[in-house]
Amino acid sequence: MSSTFDPATMAEIRRAAATGIYDIRGAGAKRKLPHFDDLLFLGASISRYPLEGYREACNTSVILGDRFASKPLELKIPITIAGMSFGSLSGQAKEALGRGANAAGTSTTTGDGGMTVEERGHSKMLVYQYLPSRYGMNPDDLRKADAIEVVIGQGAKPGGGGMLLGQKITDRVAEMRTLPKGIDQRSACRHPDWTGPDDLEIKIQELREITDWEKPIFVKVGASRPYYDTALAVKSGADVVVLDGMQGGTAATQDVFIENVGIPTLAAIRPAVQALMELGMHRKVQLIVSGGVRNGADVAKCLALGADAVSIGTAALIALGDNDPRWEAEYNALGTTAGAYDDWHEGNDPAGITTQNPELAARLDPVAAGRRLTNFLKVMTLECQTIARACGKSDVRNLEPEDLVALTVEAAAMARVPLAGTSWIPGQGNY
Amino acid sequence: MSDVLVRNSTLDLGDLTVRDVNRALKAAEDGAFTVTNPNGVHALACGLMQPISVTIKGHAGYYCAGMNQNADVLIEGNAGTGVAENMMSGRVRVTGDCSQSAAATAHGGLLVIEGDASARCGISLKGADIVVGGSVGHMSAFMAQAGRMVVLGDAGEALGDSIYEARLYVRGRVASLGADCIEKEMREEHIAEVKALLDQAGMDADPASFKRYGSARQLYTFKIDNIDAY
Ligand SMILES: Cc1cc2nc3c(=O)[nH]c(=O)nc-3n(C[C@H](O)[C@H](O)[C@H](O)COP(=O)(O)O)c2cc1C
Repeated sequence: MSSTFDPATMAEIRRAAATGIYDIRGAGAKRKLPHFDDLLFLGASISRYPLEGYREACNTSVILGDRFASKPLELKIPITIAGMSFGSLSGQAKEALGRGANAAGTSTTTGDGGMTVEERGHSKMLVYQYLPSRYGMNPDDLRKADAIEVVIGQGAKPGGGGMLLGQKITDRVAEMRTLPKGIDQRSACRHPDWTGPDDLEIKIQELREITDWEKPIFVKVGASRPYYDTALAVKSGADVVVLDGMQGGTAATQDVFIENVGIPTLAAIRPAVQALMELGMHRKVQLIVSGGVRNGADVAKCLALGADAVSIGTAALIALGDNDPRWEAEYNALGTTAGAYDDWHEGNDPAGITTQNPELAARLDPVAAGRRLTNFLKVMTLECQTIARACGKSDVRNLEPEDLVALTVEAAAMARVPLAGTSWIPGQGNY
Repeated sequence: MSDVLVRNSTLDLGDLTVRDVNRALKAAEDGAFTVTNPNGVHALACGLMQPISVTIKGHAGYYCAGMNQNADVLIEGNAGTGVAENMMSGRVRVTGDCSQSAAATAHGGLLVIEGDASARCGISLKGADIVVGGSVGHMSAFMAQAGRMVVLGDAGEALGDSIYEARLYVRGRVASLGADCIEKEMREEHIAEVKALLDQAGMDADPASFKRYGSARQLYTFKIDNIDAY
């Protein structure tokens, strides 16, 4: 058997030859990449002492957007819910995200396709995405939002636009997007009325004028050139930079794009933080990191590398019930298995999350699913706090690169922390 | 600020900042205002919500009258990128020329440009109407979803590329049509539609002399035979 032409490669060639169309799917990069698992915390020792678990406070709250906005967001936990559109997700799933986030004291985010009344109603803090497609974009919703996120790109597809296939374009989705029902819809990948950082600066000025300089303005980029993108976002007047690595989920993108464009989350954080530090803006312009964040250890590692908060998409959907083994028979009927289901674009989700089919969507109880998400967010926060205390920190954001070591040379180079047991950081000094 | 405004309906950008002017205009519930010395400032008169009328004496920068709702804005001069972008309702009129992306993503209302519009006029249009006295640049009405654009002059390359359901009417020469954009029959109802838009815009031209362009709807679905394989 050839390792170049392995069975999966050959199967894909046959599939392409038979169908004449590339593979589209949901979720993020699935290939093995250097990731947070390749980092370890050192914990306290003789030279540093820990904080007592249940006695000594360890702050988890974070303020986002106090650079220019008169009403910054105040989150109780450093974990936010990433932008996922109504359209890609059912109304029930959006409601559950809102309920779950509210109870945990954090925000949710709209997505490509605009704001629904339900999600505004169910989210105490709602970030409104301002995307190239501008589907459903209107100044009333802009003013109803608690923050505005200008989306330049996504980690799953830096440089690509959205997709929503016909099966999910119901009457309501079509109306919200001003499109004919049932068409396979491609969103633009470039904003229609600006290009480059100088224009973006003026665009941000316009958004602020329209919302009376109240709302924090986030700029979201897919991780490809994070050093420059972060610097340019700061220059353009962003309050917050959202950086999404290649493991970041998507509702529907070409597999070739997901697996081959962009850089891993782990590799993106330090260059972004470096840009912030060089500009004297670290902690002044907040950095939110996303893409493959799964537990409190991942959160702690992002913060230690310099992020102010993280954002989760896929993990939140799993907490709601996505890919749950209880639907195994139905996953099998769709030719897949629980844990591998990624045809989120087809709208047949047995768990009722990535669908617009009312019968399937009705399977998701927004209250119960919301509670699961709250639990999950609380567990992540506790895990992150546990690690922070063990490293002697009274605020999770006091975690620092010095608390970390890497298990592999690659991770050491990307995270710019020493290989465990050595003082070697590849790429630093003369080697 | 609004007290000042009630007494004096002229806002001079020689003295005031764009923030002051926008705040004052937004606070007004009706009335007519004149903005002097705009000198190309950006984001002027954007986000207006009330049925006021605003005359800008001179050239405006980017996003003038952006996201307009209900207001009637007259720019006596040229306008920069994205004039009336994402307009929801109301009217915006430019006596001179416009830069790129005029009325980008606009959902409603009417934009009238007496001169020429540059590239991407009406890009991602979502329901507004545009009447251009002169010509429009390349990629105009790119991905235009709904609404109407009437051009008395010529259209640049790739008109209506990837267009959805917007209707385009051009009197002059079209350099080329974009992907999935085709010429369509000009029936009675279309002539009436052009006439009504010309009347609203206060422009004089023979509605029957326009050609109509729209979507061939060939790009609306990926290869349907292979739907299971996507
Ligand atoms: C179902 C789904 C829909 C999404 N829709 C959007 C969107 O509309 N806009 C956007 O910027 N990102 C979108 N994303 C990406 C998320 O905002 C986020 O960047 C990503 O999910 C983070 O990575 P994670 O899934 O590994 O947590 C979507 C992701 C998923 C899973």
